[in-house]
Amino acid sequence: MSMKTSHATFKERIDIQMQDDYMRQSVANAQERMFTNRAKAAEALGNWEQWREMGKEIRQHVLENLDYYLEQLSDKVVENGGNVFFASTAEEARGYIEGVLKEKKAKKIVKSKSMVTEEIDLNKAIIGLGCEVIETDLGEYILQVDDCDPPSHIVVPALHKNRTQIRDIFKEKVGYQGTNDPEEMTRFVRQHIRHDFLEADIGITGCNFAVAETGTVSLVTNEGNARLATSLPKTHIAVMGMERLVPTFEELDIVVSLLCRSAVGLPLTGYVTALTGPRESDQCDGPEEFHLVIVDNGRSAILGSEFKDILRCIRCAACVNTCPAYRHIGGQSYGSIYSGPVGAVLSPLLGGYEDFKELPYACSLCQSCNDVCPVKIPLSDLLLKHRRVMAESKLTPLGERAAAGFFNFVNARPALWGKTVKAGAKVANATIKDGKMPFNVGPLKDWTDSRDLPQPDGESFRSWFKNRQQTKGDQQKNEAGDHHD
Amino acid sequence: MKVNFFVTCLCDTVKANVAKRTVALLEQLGCEVIFPEAQSCCGQPSINSGYVESSKPAMKSFIRAFECNDYPIVTPAGSCAAMVKAYPEYLRNEPEWASRAQAVADRLFELTQFVVRELGVVQLGAKLVGTAVYHPSCSLIRKLGVRDEPLSLLAEVEGLTLLPIDNQETCCGFGGTFSVKMGEISGEMVKEKVRHMSEVTPDYLIGADISCLMNIGGRLHREGKAIKVMHIAEVLASR
Repeated sequence: MSMKTSHATFKERIDIQMQDDYMRQSVANAQERMFTNRAKAAEALGNWEQWREMGKEIRQHVLENLDYYLEQLSDKVVENGGNVFFASTAEEARGYIEGVLKEKKAKKIVKSKSMVTEEIDLNKAIIGLGCEVIETDLGEYILQVDDCDPPSHIVVPALHKNRTQIRDIFKEKVGYQGTNDPEEMTRFVRQHIRHDFLEADIGITGCNFAVAETGTVSLVTNEGNARLATSLPKTHIAVMGMERLVPTFEELDIVVSLLCRSAVGLPLTGYVTALTGPRESDQCDGPEEFHLVIVDNGRSAILGSEFKDILRCIRCAACVNTCPAYRHIGGQSYGSIYSGPVGAVLSPLLGGYEDFKELPYACSLCQSCNDVCPVKIPLSDLLLKHRRVMAESKLTPLGERAAAGFFNFVNARPALWGKTVKAGAKVANATIKDGKMPFNVGPLKDWTDSRDLPQPDGESFRSWFKNRQQTKGDQQKNEAGDHHD
Repeated sequence: MKVNFFVTCLCDTVKANVAKRTVALLEQLGCEVIFPEAQSCCGQPSINSGYVESSKPAMKSFIRAFECNDYPIVTPAGSCAAMVKAYPEYLRNEPEWASRAQAVADRLFELTQFVVRELGVVQLGAKLVGTAVYHPSCSLIRKLGVRDEPLSLLAEVEGLTLLPIDNQETCCGFGGTFSVKMGEISGEMVKEKVRHMSEVTPDYLIGADISCLMNIGGRLHREGKAIKVMHIAEVLASR
């Protein structure tokens, strides 16, 4: 799967998604649960605003000194006996990983959850080599067996499915015979993929944060699958976005604290794993070979742009869990592996405006994402910047540009604006009857599809105020006149 | 005390009663209300659609209009106030205009913010009997940080009981041009807001942003709900 997950247009996608009542109920329930848990966890930790500020400063510091920390990380990984590859593009990253697979004559690969491997379309490349690849994160596994259904959430990829739908998928695709009880289904998958872990030649993981000082790759999971994927196969390949690192374990502690609370509302997840290099001679487990693939794929360009704040992102999805637009359209409507507010900012940057031009508009600018982001990314401001870039490079519809031009022409001319308002009030009063207008086209129709128009209050305020001041003035004059008489 | 009134385009054209009540309220509090006639729209529909560059002449025209004196500027709409407060950032490449924008922004207050924080008044002698849902708009709570002011004013209204609803602070779905450009999504958001509101069957819906009230009110009207929509200025003028 690459960044882009659909060939349908945005409108087609939201029309389909919004008719999916199961999805909408699942998303609404999950949002409320995760939002509430996040708020409770933040409250329980105390001084949440200071924690956020610290998270922001750490991430900002790393971005400002990224070259230094990347070099330190790379040197350390090599010193620890690992290999490092810097991939400028998705193609280079795939090429390097394909090379390792060929060299190891790999047949079976187990993966733990990783967004960046989806971004670079890795599974397709692995399958193209004739290898078998098994997603071992439960959510990713569900999607993989469901004919590679695209993820709808960056933390909980199968959020759009309910337990009965999942049971049916397992029944049809992998011969599951049990009930829709989550524990029973999880037990089934656990047993089902156990032999894959044992047989796999290579384990591929993402990387939540790399620690530059020690050359460590850390993984934050809930299922323990990443531990099996990094300890049973002889080779471990970790793939990371080039911005995903922290200077030392001290900062790792802070960002992991923010991540777990913001993502799932818990002080910690089930497993936080720190892997530092391949197995050493005196150790009894771990991979014999370790590769770290550091992916740029457009990130350097973002770093040098007005969108650089988005690179602070720690992929917790708190913004997704609070977004009211996401709530109604679900993750697959975004047509990108990255959905919600973070996806609407990131997808056009990594995948271009052509495929993702609507996403920055799928936002009411309510700013609740800004409020929950643990590293204080001004998401709604970045969405506005996207709109600005598109408007100013004429990527917006001609009619809209003309309307904006006309509006700005009138609005910059006070006398003309005053006349327009007075005329507008007259037209509104003459035409709006019981919430409807006699004509219903364009934006008017878009409004009235769901709601009625307001009942106008008569003449414009400015006409009323002017008359009132005049009357007052006349009265004062008269009073003054009376006095002189 | 003299104050300038920034009416906002929606109140000027279709909701003049809200503007009139606001003026009455300010006069009740001893203010002399000035209406600078050269004022126009804050430019939100265009600026938030990305047409920032071509909106700049209108921003400057707005700034000029309110430079007619040094008195505070009061407006009955959080979203328009927040927009004007963003001007300095948009004009930062023109330092002279940025500082003029800042001076205007510093004098600008949303109505409840002005009454409670600047004038220090919460008791206005208002009376409105019944139950109400108060909608805290995104602009007030998240952009301007005005959370308690409207509530402390409403708490003093005789006979009025506020009812909490689920997801109270979630956006109603208006979002300016979002409401027409993404009409389907906006429509679903306002339907959900009305659903939560209907669960508590209030007599009134009260808000301090006319745009949200038009949106939620439009949906209430469509569903034939007997919930009366009132701007907080109208509530505070009720006797």
